[in-house]
Amino acid sequence: MSATGIGAPVRRKEDHRFITGQGRYTDDINRPGQAHAYFLRSPHAHATLKKIDTKAAAAMPGVLGIFTGDDLAADKIGGLICGWMIHNKDGSPMKAGPHPALAQGKVRYVGDHVAVVVAETLAQARDAAEAIEVDYGVLPAVVDTATAAQAKTQLHAEAPGNTVFNWHLGDKDATEKAFKAAKHVTKLDLVNNRLVPNAMEPRAAVGDYDQGEGAFTLYTTSQNPHVARLVLSAFIGIAPENKLRVIAPDVGGGFGSKIFIYAEETVCVWAAKKVGRPVKWTSDRTEAFLSDAHGRDHVTHAELATDAEGKILGMRVKTTANLGAYLSTFSSSVPTYLYAPLLSGQYDIPAIYCEVDAVYTNTAPVDAYRGAGRPEATFVVERLIEVTARQLGKDPAKFRMQNYIKKFPHQTPVIMMYDTGNYGASMKKALELIDYKGFAKRKRDSGRNGKLRGIGFSSYIEACGIAPSAAVGSLGAGVGLWESAEVRVNPIGTIEVLTGSHSHGQGHETTFAQLVSDRLGVPLENVSIVHGDTDKVQMGMGTYGSRSGAVGMSAIAKALDKVIAKGKKVAAYVLEADEADIDFKDGNFLVKGTDRKLDFGSCALQAYVAHKFNGQDLEPGLKEGAFYDPTNFTFPAGVHICELEIDPDTGVTRIERWAAVDDFGNVINPMIVEGQVHGGIAQGVGQALLEGARYNADGQLVTASFMDYCMPRADDLPSFQVGMTVTPCPSNPLGIKGCGEAGAIASPPAVINAITDALGHEDIAMPATPQAVWRAAQKTLSRMAAE
Amino acid sequence: MANVTMTVNGKAVTANVDPRTLLVQFLREHLRLTGTHVGCDTSQCGACVVHLDGKAVKSCTTLALACEGASVTTIEGLASGGALHPMQEAFREHHGLQCGFCTPGMIMSAVDMVNRRGHALDEKTIREDLDGNICRCTGYHNIVKAVAAGAEAMGKGAAPVRQAAE
Repeated sequence: MSATGIGAPVRRKEDHRFITGQGRYTDDINRPGQAHAYFLRSPHAHATLKKIDTKAAAAMPGVLGIFTGDDLAADKIGGLICGWMIHNKDGSPMKAGPHPALAQGKVRYVGDHVAVVVAETLAQARDAAEAIEVDYGVLPAVVDTATAAQAKTQLHAEAPGNTVFNWHLGDKDATEKAFKAAKHVTKLDLVNNRLVPNAMEPRAAVGDYDQGEGAFTLYTTSQNPHVARLVLSAFIGIAPENKLRVIAPDVGGGFGSKIFIYAEETVCVWAAKKVGRPVKWTSDRTEAFLSDAHGRDHVTHAELATDAEGKILGMRVKTTANLGAYLSTFSSSVPTYLYAPLLSGQYDIPAIYCEVDAVYTNTAPVDAYRGAGRPEATFVVERLIEVTARQLGKDPAKFRMQNYIKKFPHQTPVIMMYDTGNYGASMKKALELIDYKGFAKRKRDSGRNGKLRGIGFSSYIEACGIAPSAAVGSLGAGVGLWESAEVRVNPIGTIEVLTGSHSHGQGHETTFAQLVSDRLGVPLENVSIVHGDTDKVQMGMGTYGSRSGAVGMSAIAKALDKVIAKGKKVAAYVLEADEADIDFKDGNFLVKGTDRKLDFGSCALQAYVAHKFNGQDLEPGLKEGAFYDPTNFTFPAGVHICELEIDPDTGVTRIERWAAVDDFGNVINPMIVEGQVHGGIAQGVGQALLEGARYNADGQLVTASFMDYCMPRADDLPSFQVGMTVTPCPSNPLGIKGCGEAGAIASPPAVINAITDALGHEDIAMPATPQAVWRAAQKTLSRMAAE
Repeated sequence: MANVTMTVNGKAVTANVDPRTLLVQFLREHLRLTGTHVGCDTSQCGACVVHLDGKAVKSCTTLALACEGASVTTIEGLASGGALHPMQEAFREHHGLQCGFCTPGMIMSAVDMVNRRGHALDEKTIREDLDGNICRCTGYHNIVKAVAAGAEAMGKGAAPVRQAAE
């Protein structure tokens, strides 16, 4: 391993600009003549728009334009789309209502977009928005996930019973049979709480229109600028792709919430032409709470069947998923194909049947948030497993190991073909890291101090490296999920790598350069990674689903292979040898069995000087591109163990120890991978202990600021013990599985399993806030007193 | 409109501003010092922390006019003569940042923490003292390591910013 190659904990190349305040985020960008947009949002969860009177507002100082849904319709600007078609149990397509960027006829959640004011300054736009008179016909709000389908009020005429789809996966008959044969059945009712992603950089957009060229530019906070351009061009109809440039510069975190194509970005780029000025919008945090796509929000009943020895026989799951007021870009895929196919977890389960009803409610749209479907599945599986172990009187670690899949490849009953893994190895390592043997003593010590100590396990699996195009196409995806790369070698041997992946904290500028340095034997500083600009990178699918390593880097590896192959041809001419006799090693092209060689930089120069060959025999230049389409999902898996202590007097839960052992396949930069694990765990702990988006019965979001929605802070968390095991992924050339979502997937059940272990009963839901834990602990104390 | 004069990163600046202008708006929009960020609207996240006369403040809840005659240091003014401040170096060395958005505020708060609490900072102290800064990426694990290392390095080498200013 070289100091900068694959496997080295290289310090990040991008950090210098971030630690010196030189990062360039969307809100840092200002265009000459820029005007400001302010969105008038609905204060009601559900209302008809009887009249919007903008006359007085339009006369206010500085106002350049006020637009409503009618103006978008008049310009034939299409609605926002959902790119994944789900079919009902009976084979009919899901039922979706339209999703206009500015409301037409009705508003459906608090924060829905009624109108946009574009003015010289933001203050003027705000003042004018206050002067817009809107006559709302207030309707009853549908808020509750579990009962939305029974509500008398209907959000969309297209979706009777507020139901988007009734979907299922698995073999119902085989599962019924398994349950009939069971010795023991565990039953659980679970709520997966609604979360707000809250990337620290709020969304922002600057739309610009060049009248001379007839071309638009959109600077935006996107995880996937090419997908944004595709949707804005092909479906919304802003402009053809060759007349629309989308730039996603430095992006301050995404976690899924910046995948989607939202109303504000769409309106800004459209309005730039309407007012003839660049138009800027930056979300404030309250707007982010109201209008960023939320995550999770499932209500589930789940059952697990086991035989007399504790072997799992079957699982059945019935989930209602809240999709909010409109279908966001990928919302329909999250509680279906990103959820149910993970219900086998790490276990050999012969029969699984899962039903999912998706409902509309008068709440913000719900879509992918870190893990997307997989945390919800893991929560179901790992709560069922833990409770079953308790009910059977088995050690939770041993019960897991008894039921782990041990032979690969393994076909689950819910689509997935697991390629490789060693789940027992991760469990063993995690048990050592947490000092499982010492737990009983630590629990006694806590008890002596009047504290309740618990330990909780989570053996998660995720399907990522998203995803084989043909496979996702057959499941309803509107696009293929390959990735592209272009490696441009300059005449003096420096290199630009253009990638369709997008970095918003993941450190691609470092890890991708490590791959190039490793393969071509060039110094890291000679490699630049170019991403996030549709004028530079031709096409790409972006970053989400832990796909940048497994898919994005595989595309780069493929392009590098082509560069080396072309380099060999050049070297053959320069070294006057047969191409078949040229080897490439440690940055040099070598003639086998001789000391003749050409270093990579000289080869690049020769490729451009092109004196040694003519264009008929070999094209000049050294630039190669590749598209990589994965052959399978990848299956990172691991074991997280949480040990915590509850103060029954205050309800405060302190996490005392955390052991995480993950198998991500081959690792490019362990420092960056561990950082991903840390961040993921923190978000999962946030879900388990602190975070919950709450709407009241009227559909008002009562947790719409950092004062009301509890974000994890430094003193809510411990330091983490992170370990790794490695089974290289067989389905991509680098053996990478992906690491971005693991922590967020693994951690919520680990925390809740530890809390319920400490409490001695299962009566607690997420988020287990001090108030909720205090109530639950009183039940524990009164039981202890009775015993 | 009102006139305001202050020193920002060692340079005297004077401007005619709307009296409602916040310090962070003044820095970002008037001076184009965009390293100071706005991550919330309730003074909770700390992405906007700068030093005002040597002490950390949230520039999103400070009026520019209230800084008349004051000395302001932003993330752009922390490095001196091309050399990174030890706290900046520690954040890079210990991978204390991912997306970078909270980082300027984190670093300014961390330097202030050292100024107030000294160079030997244990994990508990650092975690409690970072209460006014939110990071969504790192889980704080490496930020805590970076702050401890940066604090120690400040003790060995460069003087804390406030002392240097005095």
